[in-house]
Amino acid sequence: MLSSNENDTYAERGIDEVEASAPEFDDAVDAPDRMRPAIEFRDVHLAFDDKVILDGVSFSVKKGQTKIVLGRSGSGKSTIIRMILGLLKPDAGQIFIDGEEITHHSEPDMMSVRQKIGMVFQEGALFDSLSVYDNVAYRLLEQGVPEDEIDVEVRRMLRFVDLEDAIEKMPNELSGGMRRRVGIARALVGDPQIVLFDEPTAGLDPPTARTICELAIKLRDLQDVSSIFVTHEMNNLRYLSSEYATVNDEGQVVYEKEGEKLCLINTEIMMIRDGQIIFSGKDEELQRNDDPYIRRFIHGT
Amino acid sequence: MHSLLRFLSELQDVSLLLWQAFLSLWSKPRYYADTIRQMDYVGVGSLPIVLLTGFFTGAVLLLQTFETFQYYSMQNESGRLVATSLIRELGPVLSALMVSGRIGSAIAAELGSMVVSQQIDAMRALGTDPIRKLVLPRIVALVVMMPLLTVAADIFGLIGGGAVASLMYNQETSVYTYSVRTGISTSDLLGGIIKPIFFGLIIGSVACHKGLSTSGGTVGVGRSVTNAVVISSIWVIIFDFFLSKLLQYLLDIGRL
Ligand SMILES: Nc1ncnc2c1ncn2[C@@H]1O[C@H](COP(=O)(O)OP(=O)(O)O)[C@@H](O)[C@H]1O
Ligand SMILES: [Mg+2]
Repeated sequence: MLSSNENDTYAERGIDEVEASAPEFDDAVDAPDRMRPAIEFRDVHLAFDDKVILDGVSFSVKKGQTKIVLGRSGSGKSTIIRMILGLLKPDAGQIFIDGEEITHHSEPDMMSVRQKIGMVFQEGALFDSLSVYDNVAYRLLEQGVPEDEIDVEVRRMLRFVDLEDAIEKMPNELSGGMRRRVGIARALVGDPQIVLFDEPTAGLDPPTARTICELAIKLRDLQDVSSIFVTHEMNNLRYLSSEYATVNDEGQVVYEKEGEKLCLINTEIMMIRDGQIIFSGKDEELQRNDDPYIRRFIHGT
Repeated sequence: MHSLLRFLSELQDVSLLLWQAFLSLWSKPRYYADTIRQMDYVGVGSLPIVLLTGFFTGAVLLLQTFETFQYYSMQNESGRLVATSLIRELGPVLSALMVSGRIGSAIAAELGSMVVSQQIDAMRALGTDPIRKLVLPRIVALVVMMPLLTVAADIFGLIGGGAVASLMYNQETSVYTYSVRTGISTSDLLGGIIKPIFFGLIIGSVACHKGLSTSGGTVGVGRSVTNAVVISSIWVIIFDFFLSKLLQYLLDIGRL
């Protein structure tokens, strides 16, 4: 499935994780529910006019897994995310969410699929005309959930992102980092099992970026959420692929480093270039990779 | 792209949007609160400028024609001219142009900035159809409020004409009102209400389409706003001609 020239090159160099991850497509049919990927792309193509954006992209995100997507700006990362939500349809190929093919779903059919997905947009994309409360409550208000239940849920979500004080504010009164966190709270209402992050830390100061990565780690390790995390910041990559969240004896969430022997199995990295996946695998494999393009992307040399 | 082709594809897009909005009228969910808010914004919000426009249009119509009427010793009939031209033409068209400037631009700017800041995508991702939630309430508000605004503009126009007649030309108020009443026929009134319904549809669908098809960041929003106002104004004026012809045929307007 992933047999473009570039992938072959990596296989020859002994980095065959691209091939290694391929069999799961075949297993998926008779494997238990746990093994069914939360998100799967099969040979997806897309072009705008005659500009090719995605040229045969295949990958899958397992349940509880986080996929970090790397790539230059304009490489089609947001496009992939928009396709998962059905905001954009591929020219060819198939897309599956939770085993359900959504490639040709109409807008009304897509609505029920979107209930399972939380989306964190690049700049937050908060509704300017609504307060923080109404933004976070949006999905529940639309579903006609009773007001008191909404109130409980909104407060719980805002506590999760540590923004309970901002509940009455309007989006234009918030800082960039706060907007992003409200965006996360809005995406997480209703506990979606799939969460998509589109450059959630771009343009934020390091501590705030760190907080957002911690939220993503918490979702992955404590709530078994499958996610795609688009970024081009190496700090994010390091946090997400080397730290994990656990609950300590006092019941607090703590973040620990993976250490020498332990290797996080629920985080994978994939890199896109010229509409194709040029790398897919674990953090350690990425660090060891000696492709010049990848090395320059990661180490800056 | 060939400009004729571009025109046709735009026309197709606008009609498609209007059709989708029309279809979503018949099924749930419906956004009543949004519709009421838009009606308030379109109707109450535009009332002052529309009344002002109406008043001075009526006033200037009388000002410019009174002496000609006098020359032919027909000054007692001058109210007729104000009434017919206002109710048939100037009331609907000028109100539509004012509303297109005020509301069409606001709609295109609001929807356009929602597109470029990904709020429309967010809305769809959260399971809401933007056509139901944003487009339909705006079009409904315009279609309902345009005729009401037009009638208000007509009334203020007649008052404006009357004010000039009595204050500047010392005409008896009763003479003016009598000539106004003889100048208005039922079919004039009917036509004067049918036209603004179509103008509301034009302004709403063009502005929503321009807003939703915005691309290219904040510069693109500016472009969309300009296009929304220019295109909807031109369409109002062109459509007015054909609508007038059609109404003449159907309602027998324009024959004395
Ligand atoms: N609606 C569109 N029409 C035309 N080109 C588009 C459209 N959306 C995105 N593109 C192009 O697709 C490419 C990939 O965009 P995107 O997925 O946003 O990249 P990124 O990896 O930075 O998120 C860009 O070159 C962009 O110009
Ligand atoms: Mg992007």
